[in-house]
Amino acid sequence: MVENRPWLTVLSHAVVLIGLVIIAFPVWMTFVASTHDQQTMLRSPIPLLPGPHMVDNYVQILTEGYGGRFGSSKHTLELGWGPAKISITMSTIAMTMINSMIMALGITIGKIAISIIAAFAIVYFRFPFRMWFFWAIFITLMLPVEVRIVPTYGVVASLGMLDSYSGLIIPLIASATATFLFRQFFMSVPDELTEAARVDGAGPMRFFWDILLPMSRTTIAALFVIQFIYGWNQYLWPLLITTKESFYTVVMAVSRQANVVDSVPSWNLLMTMAMLAMLPPVLVVVFMQRQFVRGLVETEK
Amino acid sequence: MEKRVAFNERWLPYLLVSPQILITLVFFFWPSGQAIWQSVLLEDAFGGNSRFVFLDNFTHLLSDKDYYASARLTLVFSALVASVGLGVSLLLAVMADRIIRGATAYKAFLVWPYAVAPAVAGVLWGFLFNPSVGIVAWSLAAIGIEFNYVINGNQALALVVIAAVWNQVSYNFLFFLAGLQAIPKSLIEAAAIDGAGPGRRFWDIVFPLLSPTGFFLLVVNIIYAFFGTFGVVDSLTKGGPAKATEILVFKVYNDGFRGQDLGGSAAQSVILMIVVIALTVVQFRFIERRVHY
Amino acid sequence: MKRRLLASVATVATLVGMGSAQAQVELQFWHAMGGNLGEAVNAQVEGFNKAQSAYKVVPVYKGSYTETLTAAIAAFRARQAPHMVQVFEVGTANMMAAKGAVYPVHQLMADAKEPFDPNAFVSPVTGYYSTADGKLLSMPFNSSTPVLYWNKELLQKAGLDPAKGPTTWPELGEMAKKAVAAGAKCGFTPQWQTWTMIENFGAYHNLPFATKSNGFGGTDIELRFNDAARVKHIATLAEWSKDRTFVYNGREGRSTAQFNAGDCAFHIASSASASAIERALTKEKVGMGMMPFWPDVIAKPQNSIIGGATVWVLQGRPQAEYVGVAKFLSHISSGPIQAKWHQETGYVPVSKAAAEITEKSGFYKDNPGRDLAVKQLLLNPPTENSRGLRIGNFVQIRDVVDSELEAVWSGKKDAKTALDDAVKAGNELLRRFEAANR
Repeated sequence: MVENRPWLTVLSHAVVLIGLVIIAFPVWMTFVASTHDQQTMLRSPIPLLPGPHMVDNYVQILTEGYGGRFGSSKHTLELGWGPAKISITMSTIAMTMINSMIMALGITIGKIAISIIAAFAIVYFRFPFRMWFFWAIFITLMLPVEVRIVPTYGVVASLGMLDSYSGLIIPLIASATATFLFRQFFMSVPDELTEAARVDGAGPMRFFWDILLPMSRTTIAALFVIQFIYGWNQYLWPLLITTKESFYTVVMAVSRQANVVDSVPSWNLLMTMAMLAMLPPVLVVVFMQRQFVRGLVETEK
Repeated sequence: MEKRVAFNERWLPYLLVSPQILITLVFFFWPSGQAIWQSVLLEDAFGGNSRFVFLDNFTHLLSDKDYYASARLTLVFSALVASVGLGVSLLLAVMADRIIRGATAYKAFLVWPYAVAPAVAGVLWGFLFNPSVGIVAWSLAAIGIEFNYVINGNQALALVVIAAVWNQVSYNFLFFLAGLQAIPKSLIEAAAIDGAGPGRRFWDIVFPLLSPTGFFLLVVNIIYAFFGTFGVVDSLTKGGPAKATEILVFKVYNDGFRGQDLGGSAAQSVILMIVVIALTVVQFRFIERRVHY
Repeated sequence: MKRRLLASVATVATLVGMGSAQAQVELQFWHAMGGNLGEAVNAQVEGFNKAQSAYKVVPVYKGSYTETLTAAIAAFRARQAPHMVQVFEVGTANMMAAKGAVYPVHQLMADAKEPFDPNAFVSPVTGYYSTADGKLLSMPFNSSTPVLYWNKELLQKAGLDPAKGPTTWPELGEMAKKAVAAGAKCGFTPQWQTWTMIENFGAYHNLPFATKSNGFGGTDIELRFNDAARVKHIATLAEWSKDRTFVYNGREGRSTAQFNAGDCAFHIASSASASAIERALTKEKVGMGMMPFWPDVIAKPQNSIIGGATVWVLQGRPQAEYVGVAKFLSHISSGPIQAKWHQETGYVPVSKAAAEITEKSGFYKDNPGRDLAVKQLLLNPPTENSRGLRIGNFVQIRDVVDSELEAVWSGKKDAKTALDDAVKAGNELLRRFEAANR
């Protein structure tokens, strides 16, 4: 620090702490709710501190599901083929977690892959209709799937992609954020590097693999965070295109469960599901926050 | 924005852009085209009866006072979400920037909300403010404030704004913090030697240097408020009570999806698309200029 | 790539009738029954699947009624329609107008040569879902009607007789006031406010909801629910809301959570909420009665109308599969199944056989109050105001009415203005419906 002003440091800590408490409070209460039994959560005021039922709730959700309502059925996941095949039996909720993971990773990897090569083409080549392509991609930048969801559904259905992972993933990788960020980053890469590569006789793909891709690491990391969260948090799209429980996602399960008017609301179990639903993206953000910001700020320069 | 050096290949660039273009065409332009076509039709939900009505859906929409109310609400809502969100996160970032010890721990907790799905965020806030078991609703009642977002439109709007801001505040915070840390310390030290107090230093040096980040975040936040908040509204209030939280993106969904008014909803989609394209172009021009700095 | 690795996924453990699995025709049945209702539906389907091996019905819970309907419509437009979809009563007019999309049940049964007698169903149900010449369009499944529930404990605390509920609105008001004075957080709260406080209120007081027999006579209709009786009723509720005698707790069925938590003395809710309410508050604490009425509007109440849903069959599948659909529909509407459904859930028995079976089993003796719903539906021979409603774009119209009522509860509008505005906006939606289905 420039100078020592103790009161200012105290104030800083105080403000950040208060902010922290307010911001963390909903998550805290969710956690607290997931550690009590059903009866405790029905009497107002509900406790502010964790209770003794955490293990019970999580075990129930992961092995049995939400008390028979939303899919009490068991699902079997089979990995590998032939003799190497193992199968794991789990509750619907555990299944939805895996679906969410597949969907989020599929969207993330797919988006990054198709965007980086598109940005590479647009920045490093001159070809007819280049700007047309750029604008075509660019216009899709922020239009959310919600405002054109019915026709998009029609397209996906006519391609026979309902109830499939490709239906969950592919339509959502049609967005331009990643292309745009890569483009911004490539623009900031010094031309001397390209020059040098060409002098060495490296072709464009060689240049891409050996120089551009390693340099893009932070941008890729940043995009990984953004797109993983985007993919994981989808709600309306999976809701519409899946009719088989085996393709449901966890966010959808939480939201749907919250809307069921039930005899006695099982807040403890619902909040246990909510905790599980937010855990993977939170881990991604918390562990990757440094690369995340660096990747975005660098391209912003 | 042109590179001085470029590769000369004939087919390779087309090959490289093709996956992206193909997906954009199939999953964006095709459905968007259908939305535009639908916006000039009057159809029953199943598509059995379909009539070309030209711009009827638009004139109907533009003579509907609910639509204007929703548009106005969207502006108010976006202004609130953007200003509160940016204000809070800037304050937190400035304060966190001063903290050296424990900064990592603070940050780890402050970034949580960004990871929470809007639909789940709505469930969490609905739980806190639930009239029968909500701890916040209960505390407010204990101090004599009756908080019932199910009846009171202003309270519902406030709640949706709070949940939306909460969901976005960490994103803003991270950017502001990075922006602050990029400001050369020497500049601030020089000002300190000249006798400028912390307040002055903030307004004269930090704030102007932070404004590009601020502008970028402003655009991101407005777009978030316009579209990204769908999940929050859907899981908290469903646009109610008495349309007090029916923002445009929710209205598109509600009219088309729940109400089965495909033509009217498509007309709204078309208008929203135009707004988005305009916003995108503005943002693009802005960022493009900044690249030249 | 990844999904290849994860190969095939998800096989339900409860595999039955293994041998003949290949030859089975799968029939999709999309429904909106969450929670314990969903379990009951699954049990019905399982019964059918076990009883024969040619067809396998796959029940899919698609969320709320509106989400289910929208999903089915989107699927139909994309030629991926389910065989059967459960549609709530509000969607009836829109489904009827959907030419080429719906396979009318009477025709399906005739085509599939499945024995079928529409007279086996109780008249308030068939009346709602039949054409003008009495042909049944969709299969009655879950029908309910609003009834009055009360919390005996709260009544006792207020020094009232917990065994005796109110029969008129003024009585309910007084009792609710006393309950609030004795510490209840809320006196009275209704479910599905438009359905209970406007639509059923009209039928019960023999007042029209819309012209041309509530829409049974055509699509060129106008709404009529802004009459003096309903304006007064809504104004009274608004007045009551000042001291929590009346509390609005949200749309659709959300208010039931409050009643279940023991906050409210009185609740007007679907008869199908009975099992859930009894589970939450325990049977001993719940009182049930018919809806109250205003003695200055009508000397004796007329009859209430149904809510709930029916199963609609959608076109577009190979004809042979519809034989299975017909068999399944016969199965779920058969007497024993409907009797079980009625007893477990509180939905009214849609067939006469189900009512008889339940009566004979002594169920009503053990569960007093559970026969009220049917009695209330059959209170008097229906008039043109109490047969049912057939309103186009009804989902949106209900939204409009809900919004306007919320404006009253929050004090933004008075009852008259709100109902007038609702009628006006509703009429515009009716004109749009008329234009779209010309």
